[in-house]
Amino acid sequence: MSDKSHDPNQMTGAAMIVRALIDHGVTDIFGYPGGAVLPIYDEIFQQSEVQHILVRHEQGAGHAAEGYARSTGKPGVALVTSGPGATNMVTPLTDALMDSIPLVCISGQVPTHLIGNDAFQECDTVGITRPCTKHNWLVRDVNDLAKVLHEAFYVATTGRPGPVLVDVPKDVQFATGTYHPPRKSDVHRSYAPRVKGDATQIRKAVSLLAGAKRPVIYSGGGVINSGPEATKLLRELVEVTGFPITSTLMGLGAYPASGKNWLGMLGMHGTYEANMTMHDCDVMLCVGARFDDRITGRVDAFSPNSKKIHIDIDPSSINKNIRVDVPIIGDCGNILGDILQVFKAEAKKPDVKTWWQQIAQWRARNSLYYKKSNDVILPQHAIQSLFELTRGKDTYITTEVGQHQMWAAQFYGFEEPHRWMTSGGLGTMGYGLPAAIGVQVAHPDSLVIDIAGDASVQMTMQEMSTAVQYELPIKIFILNNHYMGMVRQWQQLLHGNRLSHSYSEALPDFVKLAEAYGGVGLQVTKPGDLEGAIKEMISVKRPVLFDCRVAALENCFPMIPSGKAHNEMLLPEQANDEATAKAFAGGKALV
Amino acid sequence: MNQPASAYFIEERHDPNETHTLAVLVQNEPGVLARVIGLFSGRGYNIESLTVSETESQTHLSRITIVTTGTPMVIQQIKHQLDRMIPVYQVVDMTQTKRSIERELAMVKVRGQGEHRVEALRLADAFRARVIDATTESFVFEITGNTDKINQFIDLMRPLGLVEVSRTGVAAIGRGPEGM
Repeated sequence: MSDKSHDPNQMTGAAMIVRALIDHGVTDIFGYPGGAVLPIYDEIFQQSEVQHILVRHEQGAGHAAEGYARSTGKPGVALVTSGPGATNMVTPLTDALMDSIPLVCISGQVPTHLIGNDAFQECDTVGITRPCTKHNWLVRDVNDLAKVLHEAFYVATTGRPGPVLVDVPKDVQFATGTYHPPRKSDVHRSYAPRVKGDATQIRKAVSLLAGAKRPVIYSGGGVINSGPEATKLLRELVEVTGFPITSTLMGLGAYPASGKNWLGMLGMHGTYEANMTMHDCDVMLCVGARFDDRITGRVDAFSPNSKKIHIDIDPSSINKNIRVDVPIIGDCGNILGDILQVFKAEAKKPDVKTWWQQIAQWRARNSLYYKKSNDVILPQHAIQSLFELTRGKDTYITTEVGQHQMWAAQFYGFEEPHRWMTSGGLGTMGYGLPAAIGVQVAHPDSLVIDIAGDASVQMTMQEMSTAVQYELPIKIFILNNHYMGMVRQWQQLLHGNRLSHSYSEALPDFVKLAEAYGGVGLQVTKPGDLEGAIKEMISVKRPVLFDCRVAALENCFPMIPSGKAHNEMLLPEQANDEATAKAFAGGKALV
Repeated sequence: MNQPASAYFIEERHDPNETHTLAVLVQNEPGVLARVIGLFSGRGYNIESLTVSETESQTHLSRITIVTTGTPMVIQQIKHQLDRMIPVYQVVDMTQTKRSIERELAMVKVRGQGEHRVEALRLADAFRARVIDATTESFVFEITGNTDKINQFIDLMRPLGLVEVSRTGVAAIGRGPEGM
C-alpha cells in the first residue's frame, strides 16, 4: 500500500471524473448538485481548470451542453444527481440523440449496496436512459471508471455523434482506485464506425452526378457534425458542379444563404423552389441527412423520378424511409473529398442551364411572401429586421420550437455552420434559452440570440437566473403572439378552428420578469419602433428579454399539408380559407 | 382513402412479411440483453423467438439468436439497428445466407393411460424424441429439431393428453467449415 500512496494515478472516483474531464479538454460543464454527486462537487470546488455553470433545472444543463456542443463541435458535458436529477435529463438526452449532438452526461447514483432497494433519490438511470442515449454505463467498480469515462467521450464524439451517460454510484465516487489517461483499448472492440466510403459506390455516384440533367444536392446536419472540412468540400462540390443546393433545418449554414446556388430550406415549411426541385429532380445527392418525415412529405410521392445517392455515417439511416439507389456509408467530409477528386479527374461540369431556368420560374413564385403592415409587426418582418441588423456581426442563433422557429429558418440567412442551434428531431419547446446559455459560455464575446415564442420560452424561463449569475448577455427575442402559434395553426387547418388550449392566457409581463431576474426587459409593439429596439437590445451587455408583440393570427407558409407531396405545397397567396380547406382534404372544414 | 387530420402522413404498407433468423454476437456485459430487447419493443419490431447464452467464456462473448418477422425494409432496419449498438460485434442474417441449420429443443409432458400412452410412446419414437421422465401415468419427452417438426409433434400429443411444453427457442449455425 505504501508504495501506491505516492502514485499520482491513485485517486478517488470523484477525482477521476474531474481528471478525465481535463484530459478530454473539457473547460466548462453544466450541472446541478445533489446528494449522490457531492463528492464530485467537492472535487470541482478544489480546482480551477473546469468551470462549472450552475443551472436552475437539470433540463437546462442538458440543453446548455447541447448548445455548447453544437456551436463548438466539441462534446457538451452535464453533471446531475441521481433520481430526479437524472430523470430531468431525459429530454435533453433524447433531443441530443435525435439531432446527433455529442453530449456526455455524468449522473450520480445511490451507493451500489442500495441499488434496487428503492433508496432515496434512486431510479434505474441506465434503464431509463437506455433508449435515449447512444450508449450508457453503470460503473460498479472504481477501477473501471477511467476506462468507461474515456470510452464515453470516444463514443459520444465519433461515428454518428450522440449523447452518452455514465452513472456513478456514490461509493464508487468515494473509493480509491487507479486512473489512467485515455488509450485506445478503452473502447469496445465491437465499436468501429466506418469513415471511408466504398470506392465503387463513389464511382457510381460520380457517374450519376456527371450525367444529371436536373440535379439537386440535399444536405443535412451530418455535414456540420463532420466538421469544417466537410463544409468546405460541400461548397466546393456545389461550385464545381454548378448544382442547386437545399438543406434540412439541421443543415442550415453549411452552404451560405447568400450563395448563388442556394434554394432555401426544404420540407414542410421549406421554400417552393426547394421542394419543387426535389420533386422534379433526376439525380439527388443527399449528404448527411436522413429523409425525415418533415422533409419527405408523402413518402410514395417523394421525388418519384430521381436516382438517389445517400451519404450517411449511420447504416441504419439508409433505406429507412426512402429507398435509395447508391448508398455510401461513411463520414461526409471523407466521402465528399473522394467524390470531388473523382469528379474533377473524370467528369466535366454538366449542363444544367435549362434546369436553372425552371428553378428560376419556381423562385419567381416568391413563396416566402408576406404582407407587411404599418400598424402591427409581422413575425417574418421581425426576423428579417433582426437578420439585417445583426448581419456581419459575430452572431449565434438558437430557437425554441414552433412558428417562430420556422420563420427563423426561413428568414434568417446563415452564412456559416455552427451558428444555428435548434431542436429539430425532437422538437423540444424550451430548448433555446438554455442552449443560448451554453453557446454564450463557449463564445463569451459573441452575440447570442434565442429566437423564442411566448409559450416555449416559459418552459425553461428559470435559466434567466443562470444567465444573470454568470453575466451571460444572451438575448431572448420573443415573437409574442399570445398563442402556441404552431398548435393554433394546426387547429385552424385541421381541427375546425377549435382553438383548444392554445391561447397563452395570463402571460407574464416579460419586461418586469426580466427586471425581476436582474436582466433587461424591452418591449416593442409598433413596426416603426422595431429597428431602434433591436439596436438597443444588441448594444446592451446584459441578458435581455425582448417582448416583440407580433400579429397574433399570422400563420407559417408555405407549407406541405400532411399526406401531400412536395409539388402540392400551399403558398402564402393561396392560403385563404377556401384553398386551405381544399388542400387539407380529409381534414375538418375550416371556419 | 381520406387522411384523418394529422400532423403525420399515415401510410399503409402492403409489402409481405418475411421471417428471418438473426445471429447476433455480443459482449456479455450487464444490460446487453435489455438493450437488444428494448430495441425491438421500442421500435415496434417482432420477436418470435429469442435464445441467448454465453458461447465464449474467455472473451465474454454471447450469442443471441432472434427469429423475427417484418417487411424486407424492416428486416434490414433491424439488422442495422442491432449492428450499431456498442456491445454488438456482428449480426448475421442466417435466413439470407440460406446455409444455416436451425434447431430447437422442447420438453413435452403428456399424461394418459392405456391406448393413448402407447400411441404417445410410438409417435415419440417416430420423431426420435427421448423419454427423460416417466411415471405410470405420464411421460416427459425431449425432442430436438426445427420449429416445424416440434410444432407437429406437439400437435400430435395434444389429443393424447398434452399437459405442458417448455421450449428453448431457436438456435442457428451456418453450414460448412467457416465461422461467423
